[in-house]
Amino acid sequence: MELKKIIKATAITLSLAVSTAAMAADTIKVGVLHSLSGTMAISETTLKDTVLMMVEEQNKKGGVLGKQLEAVVVDPASDWPLFAEKTRELITQEGVDVIFGCWTSVSRKSVLPVIEELNGLMFYPVQYEGEESSKNVFYTGAAPNQQAIPAVDYLMEDLEVERWILAGTDYVYPRTTNKILEAYLLAKGVSKDDIMINYTPFGHSDWQSIVSDIKKFGSAGKKTAVVSTINGDANVPFYKELGNQGVSAEDIPVVAFSVGEEELSGIDTKPLVGHLAAWNYFQSVENDANEAFIKSWKAFIKNDKRVTNDPMEATYIGFNMWVKAVEKAGTTDVDAVQQAMIGIETPNLTGGMAKMHKNHHLSKPVLIGEIQEDGQFEVVSETDGLVPGDAWSDFLPGSKDIIADWTDPIKCGNYNTQSKTCSGQNY
Amino acid sequence: MTGNSSLATKQHTLAQHTLTQQLSPLHQLREKAPMFIAVLFGVTIYASICNQFVPQDSIFYVSTYSITLLGKYLCFALLALAVDIVWGYCGILSLGHGAFFALGGYAMGMYLMRQIGDRGVYGHPELPDFMVFLNWQELPWYWQGFDQFWFAMLMVALIPGLLAFVFGFLAFRSRVAGVYLSIMTQALTYALMLAFFRNEMGFGGNNGLTDFKDILGFDLQQDQTRIALFITTAIILAIAYCASVMIMGSKLGRVIIAIRDAEDRSRFLGYKTEIYKVWLFVFSAVIAAIAGALYVPQVGIINPGEFSPLNSIEIVVWVAVGGRGTLYGAVIGALLVNYAKTRFTAIMPEAWLFALGALFVSVTVFLPQGIAGVLKENNWLRRLTQRTAQPAGGQA
Amino acid sequence: MKFGLLRRFFCALLFFLLQDSILAQTVNAQSPDEKADEIGQQGISASVEGVDNYASIQTLAGAKLNAVPAIVEQLESQLGQQGLSLFEAMLAGRLYYRKSDSQVVIIEKQGSDSDNYLLYDSLTLKLLGEEATANFRKVRVNNKLRKQLRTTIARLSLFSNDVELRTESIRSMLDKVDEDTIDLLNQLKEQETSESVLSLVDLAFAIYHFSDSDEQSIRLAALNTMDGSLEPAVRNLINRATERYEDGTYAEVDTRVRRKAEQIKSGIESKVAFYEFLETIFFGLSLGSVLLLVATGLAITFGVMGVINMAHGELIMLGAYTTYVIQLLLPNHIEYSILLAIPAAFVVSGFTGILIERGVIRFLHGRPLETLLATFGISLILQQTVRSIFSPLNRQVETPQWLSGSLEINSVLSITYNRLYILIFAVIVFLILQLILKKTSLGLHVRAVAQNRSMAKSIGIRTEWVDAMTFGLGSGIAGIAGVALSQLTNVGPNLGQSYIIDSFMVVVFGGVGNLWGTLVGGFTLGVTNKFLEPMTGAVLANILILVFIILFIQRRPRGLFPQKGRAAE
Repeated sequence: MELKKIIKATAITLSLAVSTAAMAADTIKVGVLHSLSGTMAISETTLKDTVLMMVEEQNKKGGVLGKQLEAVVVDPASDWPLFAEKTRELITQEGVDVIFGCWTSVSRKSVLPVIEELNGLMFYPVQYEGEESSKNVFYTGAAPNQQAIPAVDYLMEDLEVERWILAGTDYVYPRTTNKILEAYLLAKGVSKDDIMINYTPFGHSDWQSIVSDIKKFGSAGKKTAVVSTINGDANVPFYKELGNQGVSAEDIPVVAFSVGEEELSGIDTKPLVGHLAAWNYFQSVENDANEAFIKSWKAFIKNDKRVTNDPMEATYIGFNMWVKAVEKAGTTDVDAVQQAMIGIETPNLTGGMAKMHKNHHLSKPVLIGEIQEDGQFEVVSETDGLVPGDAWSDFLPGSKDIIADWTDPIKCGNYNTQSKTCSGQNY
Repeated sequence: MTGNSSLATKQHTLAQHTLTQQLSPLHQLREKAPMFIAVLFGVTIYASICNQFVPQDSIFYVSTYSITLLGKYLCFALLALAVDIVWGYCGILSLGHGAFFALGGYAMGMYLMRQIGDRGVYGHPELPDFMVFLNWQELPWYWQGFDQFWFAMLMVALIPGLLAFVFGFLAFRSRVAGVYLSIMTQALTYALMLAFFRNEMGFGGNNGLTDFKDILGFDLQQDQTRIALFITTAIILAIAYCASVMIMGSKLGRVIIAIRDAEDRSRFLGYKTEIYKVWLFVFSAVIAAIAGALYVPQVGIINPGEFSPLNSIEIVVWVAVGGRGTLYGAVIGALLVNYAKTRFTAIMPEAWLFALGALFVSVTVFLPQGIAGVLKENNWLRRLTQRTAQPAGGQA
Repeated sequence: MKFGLLRRFFCALLFFLLQDSILAQTVNAQSPDEKADEIGQQGISASVEGVDNYASIQTLAGAKLNAVPAIVEQLESQLGQQGLSLFEAMLAGRLYYRKSDSQVVIIEKQGSDSDNYLLYDSLTLKLLGEEATANFRKVRVNNKLRKQLRTTIARLSLFSNDVELRTESIRSMLDKVDEDTIDLLNQLKEQETSESVLSLVDLAFAIYHFSDSDEQSIRLAALNTMDGSLEPAVRNLINRATERYEDGTYAEVDTRVRRKAEQIKSGIESKVAFYEFLETIFFGLSLGSVLLLVATGLAITFGVMGVINMAHGELIMLGAYTTYVIQLLLPNHIEYSILLAIPAAFVVSGFTGILIERGVIRFLHGRPLETLLATFGISLILQQTVRSIFSPLNRQVETPQWLSGSLEINSVLSITYNRLYILIFAVIVFLILQLILKKTSLGLHVRAVAQNRSMAKSIGIRTEWVDAMTFGLGSGIAGIAGVALSQLTNVGPNLGQSYIIDSFMVVVFGGVGNLWGTLVGGFTLGVTNKFLEPMTGAVLANILILVFIILFIQRRPRGLFPQKGRAAE
């Protein structure tokens, strides 16, 4: 009796798990791998909706290669091993031709071995720490040299900052960014005593002591700035504490790399006015493409109050590039599209052209914006021209000799120019 | 808050269990294990053969995706078994078994990291990538030796076992029990999670350990390696299952059940209950750690998220759904809930938390014995009305 | 720090002035000129022809950001104190210009549904009328400009009637005392009556003379004046004077002056250390009050009823969302919204709590471990519900004016208002709860049921009802904690999760069933954490505390204040 039941249950389980090969493809499938639940849902749901919007718009234009696009949405639930599993599911079970996905570094790292093994294609739309270039991933967010370094330059030159506080959440992006910035500042002649580095756990909510330390560090008579790589949820209490302890943007400006329009929409921005953020896109940038994008986003999401942000622009660029590359290659075959991707140019939303480079990174403009009372940014500085993304930082001892080049003859994501070797590839 | 009614309950269940548990351990094993093992190996071998020898377009083909999925489920089943041993049989509700699982996983992960050797992206002969870009100069002392498989395997059992021993010894000796113990185990795994998040710890911080290449010289991306790991997991699950059946059937097992049902009385009878509890806790922790060690090469990543208290609670729910106090129930629960999770997150991602939450509530309220209880007694409605007559699960 | 206060003060001032000016327009026939006189009280100078002034102001319209500083300088010298309202409006981002004719006006935003701005004259603050927002563009301000505006305003308010304003004004000048400042301060000194302002003026002179003069006696006298001052400007000056270079020489060549400076430095440092110690204690108490608030509700449901409520965090979250909803419903009454939210959150969370108790927990009576699992399930459902209704994004809860900023005791020690109020609030909530438990019949019943359920039942207490009420009370307090947390942290679906473990730790550490234990436990953990943090960093401090509690519970399994008697078993 028991046996029968167990066998039955197992049989059902298996027959469902073992789904048959993907159906005949009369649509092109686009995988969406963003967490819809768990801690990252707050940021990633927006990107899922962005991809859905782009797919819908593309279909209105007649799809790609005469076929309609079909979005396949899965929920990796902010669970990192699940990202790997869902990637495998998307590629082998659903047969998607491209994946738009991931936000955190750890989710990308988790996906990487799978996507390389199965030779998939992924677009990663978030600013990140660099030190990576995979054959199968295109990085449409900013590398550190497209965000952190221009921001520090701005503070140094325009605001004459002499003392630096590098505050971040304790994970790989802030660690790497701060390492790069520290090396950069030291190279610029800043003394070690004028740099303070501080790390806090995820979701840190009691900032009293740290803000008080920042105040003390900043009252030494030299112009001081905070470079913040504080992640997501910890920002709200951080800024609240700053405001309450009276650290104003004129005394000690905070330039953040992870605070965009969407994060600000959850904060009372009055005390934040004047603090800075560095991104490659702001909603407030005025041009036709951006206006059209904002309009269609608000229409798609059916909410007039929703904002747009940098990772959305990166998704937008990535999607358009993929469409263009598929049309150029005439197929959705991953190898062909990969080849076609390099050198592709599509307009970004800030009035320029984004170009995909040999290292799978983009050229981007770097904008520094001041937070306004309405939760938007006002651009106060912009790099002259576009900055090409640098996968391997020149300011880290381990990676200064490494380059990424996915064209012949190097064809390597981590080519050591000294030893002329390419180590540890997964394919 | 023990009233007369629950005292009566205890007596009742004690009597009930003494009745059912009067067979010898070997007899028990013969009674209960064969069917479980037959099903387990049947499925394992079927899936392996269908993956390797059936052409891809056949409807009998089992994809590699399903193999990795099944492998993961079996690891979870092993983990659920570990929780069931302490919770179902001894009334110790551990909300920190994820910690042992993750520690085992980290030990395995460290071995796999060392196996990468100079194939990391920086090409450093010894240091893992994350240490290179954080400018570490040499391997920390606690990473020494993990390039040896035997050493790593020893550590898989030793470190979580030692932690469980120290924690259990302190807690059980001072008679921390019931919900206090649950909360302390939760604090334990939470503290470990915070610690492993720290990059200074040298375990890769939030990113954890990933990008593994091979195990014992076999490429981890080969289907054959995957199948081998899958089968190994099944074998270990079978061994752990048999060992648990034997322990629970022995005199030791009966003392353990007695402790669950009436710890004070067992103590008055002269049993050193804390010693029994400590050893059972260590045994369970080691099984959880082995599950973790098997899990890591199959999913390809280990990170501090595994320590999160939420994960540990989820394990308890698998056991509750399957039916605690029955070993096969724990296994069924782990498989079912995880399968549901895989399906749900694909079909209705937004609804997953609703479903999981509802599962928690309905199982505890309506199915205190879990699915195994339903299987055991078809007339579950009658059970529902006698809800109080279930194991007393470690009351304060 | 000092600017915070200054800014708030100006905002408030402007607010009142504007209100007055509306009155002046509609009710009173007070002339604009009188108004202007009130603003620029002492009226030092600058009364060029009005028309000219407006023409100069107009140059602000559409000016390039890097050209604005020069314009502001020009306006300052031209307008003098008349320009105060203009600069303040500019600083507050309320200075706009009409696109068509570049007229510069101060605007006031009306409710979010209105498409019009109220327009005020940039100098007289006279109400000019109402016009569509689309016609206007903002006069752009950036950080550099804000800094400049602030110094300008400070300079202009040096002769204000308000002592506090004068104090702030001088303090903002201390960083850079030059000849112009000394001239201004000399003017001020002649008419100044306030002791505190005079001593600040002296301090400014001392700073100036110390750097400027070569004469030993003057410099020593200057040092004497500076002795004991905690102003950052003074501390930096002294630090620089006592600095020792790598080659063994000193920044200050005059040995006597240096000795004196060193002596003063050590005096100041010990004073600073003392205030920093006080500050750390306050930080600790504040963290403790948050812990106390989140744990009090749990202390009731867990401690008194023996129910492990894993959904406690989500009840806190509901309280925070209630605050959000209240603000959404009453967008024009942000100042009172928090006060209104307190009872509302109590009701919402309390009612949810009663539902949970009636719907689930009563079926699991006497099985604490199962309630743990069931309530955990409920917590997941609540989280996802909130996510479905309010989206997974954080919601913006505004901080009312009276809760922002800080109470500055001196340059080293300042206490933020929100933390201070929450500290007081937590203690009040705790005391009220004690009153309820000790003085009301509900409290009596609750205690009776907690001590001996069957006995209570047999003497006619409706235990079921008491259970529901107790659970509702605990949940309601969780809701109140949510209101307080909405002022400190994110209001999002994950809010509760981040506090659940902490609150369990506090309750277990303090001793289950003992509310005073929760109080002591919360504050002890808070203060310990804050004293550890500077030494170990925030993460390690957290870990150490957890390890400490784990070990502590092994020593004393019943917590700090164990419950005594039969109920403990």
